[in-house]
Amino acid sequence: MEYLFIIISAIFVNNIVLSQFLGICPFLGVSNKVETSLGMGGAVTFVMAISSLVVYLIQYYILEPLHIEYMQTIVFILVIAALVQMVEIILKKLSPSLYQALGIFLPLITTNCAVLGVAILLVQKQYNLLESVVFATATAIGFTVALVLFAGLRERLALANVPAAMKGIPVALITAGILAMAFMGFSGLV
Amino acid sequence: MSKLQLLTKGILKENPTFVLMLGMCPTLGTTTSAINGMGMGVATMFVLIMSNIVISLVKNLIPGKVRIPAFIVIIASFVTVVQLCMEAYLPSLYNTLGVFIPLIVVNCIILGRAEAFASKNGVWASALDGVGIGLGFTLSLTLLGAVREILGSCSVFGYKFINADGILIFVLAPGAFLALGYLLVLFNKFTAKLK
Repeated sequence: MEYLFIIISAIFVNNIVLSQFLGICPFLGVSNKVETSLGMGGAVTFVMAISSLVVYLIQYYILEPLHIEYMQTIVFILVIAALVQMVEIILKKLSPSLYQALGIFLPLITTNCAVLGVAILLVQKQYNLLESVVFATATAIGFTVALVLFAGLRERLALANVPAAMKGIPVALITAGILAMAFMGFSGLV
Repeated sequence: MSKLQLLTKGILKENPTFVLMLGMCPTLGTTTSAINGMGMGVATMFVLIMSNIVISLVKNLIPGKVRIPAFIVIIASFVTVVQLCMEAYLPSLYNTLGVFIPLIVVNCIILGRAEAFASKNGVWASALDGVGIGLGFTLSLTLLGAVREILGSCSVFGYKFINADGILIFVLAPGAFLALGYLLVLFNKFTAKLK
């Protein structure tokens, strides 16, 4: 039951993009087509699930026993950057088809603040190992949901006739605002 | 580029928020009030100036292939400095900004300036570049924070000018997108007129 709460809360109630404002860059950057946003979502889900596991082990078996919690930011960002590289190399060897699908999105993930944000959040929330992985995966699914919904809206928006000053990002932001308002309807669900 | 241009380009011509659209997460996430936006802007500006200075000093010692990880370590060190100082001296601001303080590390503005400017220019110019871009970022964040605070709670910098509740939505998440969207429209109109 507890896990169900974590999942619903991470996907809908506290959606990482629309209510926590993490991962806005890919949200605005790669949301022009539904297809690419699905690819990005898949890559983020993959990396986030693995990074939450690694970050958990580092926090509780290295940083805390040594009392160097203040090194958190430096260690986490380096680990995530290295991890993304490693995932890329391993995928290329093990599953070329998956690599083909996710390939171009993987390097972009290092600068996705959602991955580091989730790592810091799960330490702050003091989740245990399984909860951490569930939380990270559900958060990434929430990211994908927001990205795909938004891409669908933007595909329609590209055909609409908007005033010159609103073209591109401004109208996308206003659309995102309305989407965020819709997601606010989920608050109080959990 | 003259020294004055370096200092002022961040405010209009290369404004990180309204023109380059960089560092959107803290822009949207921390601007619930003018003072929060300003706090975030100043923290980012400090990291930007210090990392620009250090990177321009050590740029010749770092091999080209590992420069990005090296830059990230330098930036992350200064972020940790800001984090510890804020926790000690401004605990309430530290609590409101929360996860966005450590996330200054992944702010694309900082790595962007390190890669595009500090790794190619001298110390003095890099420091000025940091001040200029940082100032532009701080101003945009303060402006967005002020707009959201005025509409959302009828106050500026915590000073209430009308005794009313305001439109709550502007302090909540959707308001961030809406306010920034409409500010961008105004900014585009304004710059189109200038040209």
